[in-house]
Amino acid sequence: MEKEKQPLLKINNLKTTFSTYKGELSAVDGVSLELNEGEILGIVGESGCGKSVTAESILQLLDENTTTYDGEIIFNGKNLLKSSNRELEEIRGNEISMIFQDPMSSLNPVITIGKQIAESVRIHQKLSKKESMKKAVELLRLTGIPSPEQRVKEYPHEISGGMRQRVMIAMALSCQPKLLIADEPTTALDVTIQEQILKLMLQFQKELNMGIVLITHDFGVVANYCTKVAVMYLGQVIEETDVKSLFSRPLHPYTVGLINSVPQLDGDRSKELATIKGVVPSLTQIPKGCRFAPRCPLATEKCLEEMPNLESAKENHQVRCWHYEKVLEGELQYVN
Amino acid sequence: MSTSTMKSVGQPLLEVRNLKKHYAVRNSLGKTTGYVRAINDISFTIYEGETYGLVGESGCGKSTTGRTLLRLVEPTSGEAQFNGNNIFDLNRKELRGIRKDLQMIFQDPHTSLDPKRKVGYSIEESLIINGVKSKEERKRLVTEMLVKLGFNENDYNRFPHEFSGGQRQRIGIARSLILNPKLIICDEPVSALDVSIQAQIINLLKDLQKQLTLSYLFISHDLSVVRHIADRIGVMYLGNLVEQGTTEEIFSNPLHPYTKGLLSAVPVINESSEREKIEITGEIPSPINPPSGCVFRTRCPFAFERCSQESPAEIHVGEHRSVKCHLYDHK
Repeated sequence: MEKEKQPLLKINNLKTTFSTYKGELSAVDGVSLELNEGEILGIVGESGCGKSVTAESILQLLDENTTTYDGEIIFNGKNLLKSSNRELEEIRGNEISMIFQDPMSSLNPVITIGKQIAESVRIHQKLSKKESMKKAVELLRLTGIPSPEQRVKEYPHEISGGMRQRVMIAMALSCQPKLLIADEPTTALDVTIQEQILKLMLQFQKELNMGIVLITHDFGVVANYCTKVAVMYLGQVIEETDVKSLFSRPLHPYTVGLINSVPQLDGDRSKELATIKGVVPSLTQIPKGCRFAPRCPLATEKCLEEMPNLESAKENHQVRCWHYEKVLEGELQYVN
Repeated sequence: MSTSTMKSVGQPLLEVRNLKKHYAVRNSLGKTTGYVRAINDISFTIYEGETYGLVGESGCGKSTTGRTLLRLVEPTSGEAQFNGNNIFDLNRKELRGIRKDLQMIFQDPHTSLDPKRKVGYSIEESLIINGVKSKEERKRLVTEMLVKLGFNENDYNRFPHEFSGGQRQRIGIARSLILNPKLIICDEPVSALDVSIQAQIINLLKDLQKQLTLSYLFISHDLSVVRHIADRIGVMYLGNLVEQGTTEEIFSNPLHPYTKGLLSAVPVINESSEREKIEITGEIPSPINPPSGCVFRTRCPFAFERCSQESPAEIHVGEHRSVKCHLYDHK
């Protein structure tokens, strides 16, 4: 992968903390990521690992009364965490757009979809009502919705989940953003529709040379649609590399365990599925050393005491583990 | 067709014949204006000790099928022979008797347990209803079951919110097992769980099946999960059972274009070029106005004239293998 002059998005040591009655919870703890134009970065992990919070921190969409951000989020040379609300307003929807998991709750149920798309067009592009409605029809057509002139008059409940997600994509792309953040965009959809939606996103990504941050829990989606990937566990990135390296040889015991436990469409199905012992601890009880140590098959004394850093194990392959060499030597079985 | 990989199956345990469930669509005056054909004439058999997987996308009728078998939803017509009785003919009292042998595990472990009851009580309740009088006996049975599923005895007194999603699903399983059922209807039991937990639950269900000779009707939208647990599979589309076969057959040699399309839509980690790719376009039509002829024809890449004219009959192509598609009708 050739390096470009300056990354589109660079997250440096991001810490997102919620203050709750249980005390300070650090949902994202020191995440650093980089994304160039035209790249698709997958962030994977199980529920509660902080992948969505990372995404929402980029646009600072979390409740400002209870959330504090620390670190740097540099987009196009500008630190978003230092930007004023007005500057952020300008960036949100214009240069960075976001698609959420549940299209039904992201759309207003009492306004027709045409008006909703037109509204976002009007706000960002300063067009007249009539022009923006025309643009809405055009956008719907681009996302592959049949007879868009009729559809703009319909309400969100009148169209299917897949169509709603197409509407969200139409809105998100109305201003031709440089960066699209998609938070589990197809988790609520059926597989046949999921394929259609992801292909649509990919098509626009190529046309606009956008960068995409794709949050997902599905390794299959990562393998087929992303260029690079970060695996998160309990608020930290524990492994980061390009997609090929990750699936050919994951180095963190958590990644190995996670991929092993995914049921596959081929291979021996009579074998027991691999599991990871225990459960993800709560944010109030974060382990002292390596956060994965209590569940890790390779854990030693050192792991329980000292937290490993995210280090380069190979070229373009970072891992946060004291014992990744053992994984490299094949001490953990990787079924793929 | 090879059936050698199947477990040695016993007698038919549940035989569903011509099951239909139509919901009336009424206008604002209460006049019936049409029907939603949620289940349109499906038949299948579940044998003792096997897992029958029912797969399909949302709205295909797979959950409704599971629910009619417990009479949580009343079927429109058809029969379901279980233990020598037609489930659909039983009155309330007889149903109670049969539900001892026929239990259910639900999808969402967060809403299927009473938040204000101790989990022990939630499990014990079925014993009370089914006439286990002695309190000590009930408590003993429940703690035994909890321990069997990896909890400790004191967990009897804890509340659902104290457990994680995977643990709650195990409590749901404990509750369904407490009466020693013969058949458990599992309605998307792992869909709400993370992959590592999902694997734990699948392994647990398989272990329990071996120990207790249980049968499962495993309802899921996730083909790779079903592949790991089911012995035989039925694929549903818009209320129709479009293909049936052993798991081996369905995955290595899918016949129906919908099954092929469904399989190729699953994103897999190691994409091999050998995988046949069939793209399904468009969306599921409304079950109120299903297409004429074959219900899948509007999205089928192979549809031809006949598909819009007559609905395909079930064609048996092997011992446990059938497909509803004109492509396989060589008359």
